This record gives sequence, C-alpha cells and structure tokens, in this order.
Amino acid sequence: MKNPLSSPVVIKNLNHWFGSGEARKQALYDVDLTIEKGSITVLMGPSGSGKTTVLTLMGCLRDVQDGSVELLGNELHGSSENLNVALRRKIGFIFQAHNLHKSLTATQNVMMGLQVHGQTRNQKAYLEAAHHMLKLVGLGDRMDYLPENLSGGQKQRVAVARALVDNPEIVFADEPTAALDKESGLNVVQMLKDLGKQRGTTTILVTHDDRILGLADRIITLEDGRIVKDIRP
Amino acid sequence: MTAFLQSIMGRLPIGWLQLSYSKTRLAAAIAGVSFANILVFVQLGLLGSMNASIIKSYNVFDADIMISATDANTMTEGGNVARQWMFQALSFDEVISGAPLFVGIAMWSSPTGDTALQTFGVDPIRVDFLAPSIAKTVTNLTLLDTAVMDRKARGLTPEVAAGIRPHSPYRFETAGRTLTVTQTFEGGAGFAADGYMFVSDQTFLRLFGKRKSGAPNHILLKVAPNASVAEVVTKLKTVLPVDQLRIRSFMDAAREDQKYQMTQKPVGLIFGFGVVIGVLVGIVIVYQVLSTDVADHLSEYATFKAMGYGQSFFLSVVFEEAIILAVLGFGPGILISMAMYKFLAAMTFLPLQMTIATALMVFFGTLAACSISGAIATRRLVGADPADLF
Repeated sequence: MKNPLSSPVVIKNLNHWFGSGEARKQALYDVDLTIEKGSITVLMGPSGSGKTTVLTLMGCLRDVQDGSVELLGNELHGSSENLNVALRRKIGFIFQAHNLHKSLTATQNVMMGLQVHGQTRNQKAYLEAAHHMLKLVGLGDRMDYLPENLSGGQKQRVAVARALVDNPEIVFADEPTAALDKESGLNVVQMLKDLGKQRGTTTILVTHDDRILGLADRIITLEDGRIVKDIRP
Repeated sequence: MTAFLQSIMGRLPIGWLQLSYSKTRLAAAIAGVSFANILVFVQLGLLGSMNASIIKSYNVFDADIMISATDANTMTEGGNVARQWMFQALSFDEVISGAPLFVGIAMWSSPTGDTALQTFGVDPIRVDFLAPSIAKTVTNLTLLDTAVMDRKARGLTPEVAAGIRPHSPYRFETAGRTLTVTQTFEGGAGFAADGYMFVSDQTFLRLFGKRKSGAPNHILLKVAPNASVAEVVTKLKTVLPVDQLRIRSFMDAAREDQKYQMTQKPVGLIFGFGVVIGVLVGIVIVYQVLSTDVADHLSEYATFKAMGYGQSFFLSVVFEEAIILAVLGFGPGILISMAMYKFLAAMTFLPLQMTIATALMVFFGTLAACSISGAIATRRLVGADPADLF
C-alpha cells in the first residue's frame, strides 16, 4: 500500500451504473473531485443525486466500474478485496442509523474500532483508549450502557467515538445528524471538526441538513449524478 | 464469563455477547443442545447395554475356540453341532480339552411375571470351561434338577436372591419340572433374556426334551498354553467341514455376535438410527439458532465489514457461538442423561452405564455437530453487504 498523499481522495472521470440490461441506469457522470487533507467536506443534493454512491465508492464499499478513485494514494479501480479491507481499516465510518452492535456496551462498541487490527492479549490498552474516546465525546458516565439504554444523540456520539478511536486518516459520515435535534446535530459535527483539527483527519459528510453547513470547509452539490456546485464558504 | 473469554480469545467475545444478550433465546438453544445430547446419550447407553449384555454371556465361560453351526450368528441363535466334531478336534495335539455347551430359554412364572432365563447346560465336572466366579458355584449341579441362578435376573427380588444358599435353596417350576437353586451368581438382564441360569447338561436335556445329548449348540475348546489360537483355528478348518461349521476363536465369536446384533438385528439398527437422529436434531437446532442469530445481526456484521473486518472474523464469531452452545448444552445434557440411565437401569435391569469414553465421544461429537451447524449458518454472512448500510 502506498503512503497517503496530501489529497486523500482524488476522483477522475468517475461513472457508475446500477442494474443491468434495459434496467441499467447511470448514477454518476464524469465526476471529478479532489479532497484536501484535514478538511470537512459536505456532499449535498436531492435524493438520487448520487452523493451516497460517491461516498460508498470512496469508502471501498463498491467496486469502481469506470474512471479512477484514488484513496490515500491507492487506486480503487480493480483493487483487490485484501486492499479494500486494509484501506477500510484506515477509514472511520459514521452511519445515519448508528449501527451500533446492540449486544455490546458503549465501550465495547468503541473497542471494535480498535480490535479490527487483530487479536491482542493486551485488551487493557484498547479498553483505556475506548474510555478516553468516550470521555472526549462526553459519554464518560455512559460507558457501560447498552445502546438500547442510550438516547439517539448519545448513540450517535458512540458511533463517532467508534469511528475516531483508531485515529482514521479519513472519516465518511452518512447523514450523521438526521436523527438528532439541532443542538445535538451541531455538537456532533463540531466534535468531528474539533477532533479532525486536532488529528488532521479529513471528513466527508453526506447530508440534507442545512443546519450544519456553517461548519463545513467545502460544500459540494450533486444533481442527477453530476457536480453542479462546489463552494468554499 | 465475558472477561474470561476475552482473556483467552484476545478479542471481545462477540459470539458470547450476542448469545447472552437474549437470555430466553440462549436458554432455548442450550435446552435444544441438551435435548439432542440426551437423545444421543440414551441411544448410546442402550447400545452399550446391549453390547455389555452380549459380552456377558461370553464372559461366564473360559474357552479359546468355539465351534458352532453356520447359522449361529449369536450365542442363542442357530442350529446344533454334532458332538463328533469335538472328538475330531481333540485329535489335534494343540487342543487339550473340549466341552459341549447347550443353550436354551427356560420360561419361569416368577412372582413378578413371566421371566425368560437364558439357560446354559454345561458339564458340571468340566469347571475349567467356566469363569472362576461361576466355576465355584456349580459343584451342586451334579445333582439332577439343580440350578445356579442369576441373582440380578428380572423376577428374582434381591431379598429372595440374598437368601439362596445350598442349605436354604430356592425352588421354582419350569418346563414341568421343579428346579432347586442352590447358588447364585451376578449376571443381569439383557435384550435376549431376563437373566441367566446354569444347569448340568443332563438337567438341560430334561428341561428341553427335544434336544439330544449328541447335538449341543456349541463346542468349546481349550488349546495348549504354548499354542496359537489362530493357528489352531486354521488347522481345524482344514479338517472339519467348514460348510457346516463356524470355527472361530472364542473372542472372535463374541465380537461377531456383537457386530451382528448391532448391524443386522432390528434392535441394534434402531438404537444406531436413534443416535443418528439425535445428532441430526442437534445440528438442526444449533443451525436454526445460529442462522437466526446471523440474520438478526446482519446489519451489524455489515458495519463491521465496512470497518475493515475480514471474513475470518465473522467465521470465528459464528464458530465461537457454536462451541459455546456445545459446551453449555453438554453440561445439563450429561447430567440429565445420567439420571435417565439410573431410572432406566432400575426399570429394565439393563446394564446402563455412563463411561468416560461415551461422555468424551458425545462431547466431541457435540462440538463437531455444532461446528457443522456453524459452518452451514455462515453461508448467510454473504448477505452482509456494507454498501447496503447507506
């Protein structure tokens, strides 16, 4: 695997289709995009505009069909599953629905972000890192709670802690504030911004939420699979 | 438990945490594995008791070679053998002695109901063909209509059996004759009869009027101490008519009897089939539990995939669950089975015993069956596509 470059994501002439035969539908048209290291980039656009498709392609969750996607210096077009898995370990994912493991406590969910690097007899180090991260996101008093005993905002903060605990080089977040009230939503994005600044983490956010745009370094709007607006507030 | 598993696995015990999250489902899964264990244990116990009872009818004798009719698949089945072959066998230097053995089933209307006694008619003078524990009891058999009875036979109460002595004999009627029991030995009920009885060959011929003294069921032979039993058997086969006779070492006869009853007789087949059914029930139950568990956690597994967890991690979680279910289900399974063994042994007088070999075999069989279930359940993991999370 190559060393990450100063632009963690470089997309060139990216096209993508869903379906096959007559039902085949193009979702992305010649998308070009370069993301700067350490920035918060927001992808906006109506439903079906292709923003989530771009996110999943950048996150090694779909195969690149046409064009080029370079993630942390590695070409994803034709990449092996092993490379995809290795790259995913350098990414922090935050999902709209939290996707916390319901059988695991907040601490254990965060530990899963570290354990991805393999088994270790020194579980104490993972435990301490998870506790530290949960305290950073303001959940020092909820560390042993199961997700079912946490509020929506608290769950999302656990998801943020899980995504950031391993110091990822890049964070992909899909509608991270959709289930939160305005204050909680701003808190989560502010947290991403603060932690990103402290650690140099690049964040790419897909959202419909206008309330958080003030915190973005760059806002990209997609429509019908094309970038129609790219502004830096 | 979580900390213990975490320390030995070097990772969070996701499988255990998933299983223990739903206590009801965990209890049902453990009950299912235990149930399958009980099924297998009971069937194996019955199979084992059948084997033990077959061997028991051989262990009361001390012989090197047994000559039987060609259709004598078991100790009690088959036609008769002409006694002349014993004399011919004795013409070999290596064969030092021979004795005819008569076998029949005597019906006794015992105080608790009809009792079938597997009756051995032996020459009471030739005690060298009997196991030492039996040999010392048969001295009185030279008296006509005298018997040595199995004190563990169904129908003979322990109190009555304990009181039987040469000076305080027990008398009962069978085949229109009154037999006097002067001694007892420890036998036990089996699948062919409710117990054993020894009488002299002369008493036997009176009990079974159609039998002839020149046609016993089997001929027992002893070979010289320095002779090879296998070689003598080979030699005998060159002289005696092998188309009319089965000439085998006594140990081979016992093994072939066991094998025949296990693989050819309905009872053996039924018990064997019961073991297979128990294993299949266990596999289906554990598969159902694991498969449902995988389906329930598909989105969480997809999340882990997105985070960079590889396929081996998911396989290890499913196998972790399978092994935990096998271990937790085995404990109650073996305890309940041991209680059932006691109950069945008391009810049937069959020699049901939990041996370490059986326990280990079922334990490792449970691990294997649960692993097979886990392997099948992992097919559902392919449905965990992280792209679906967005």
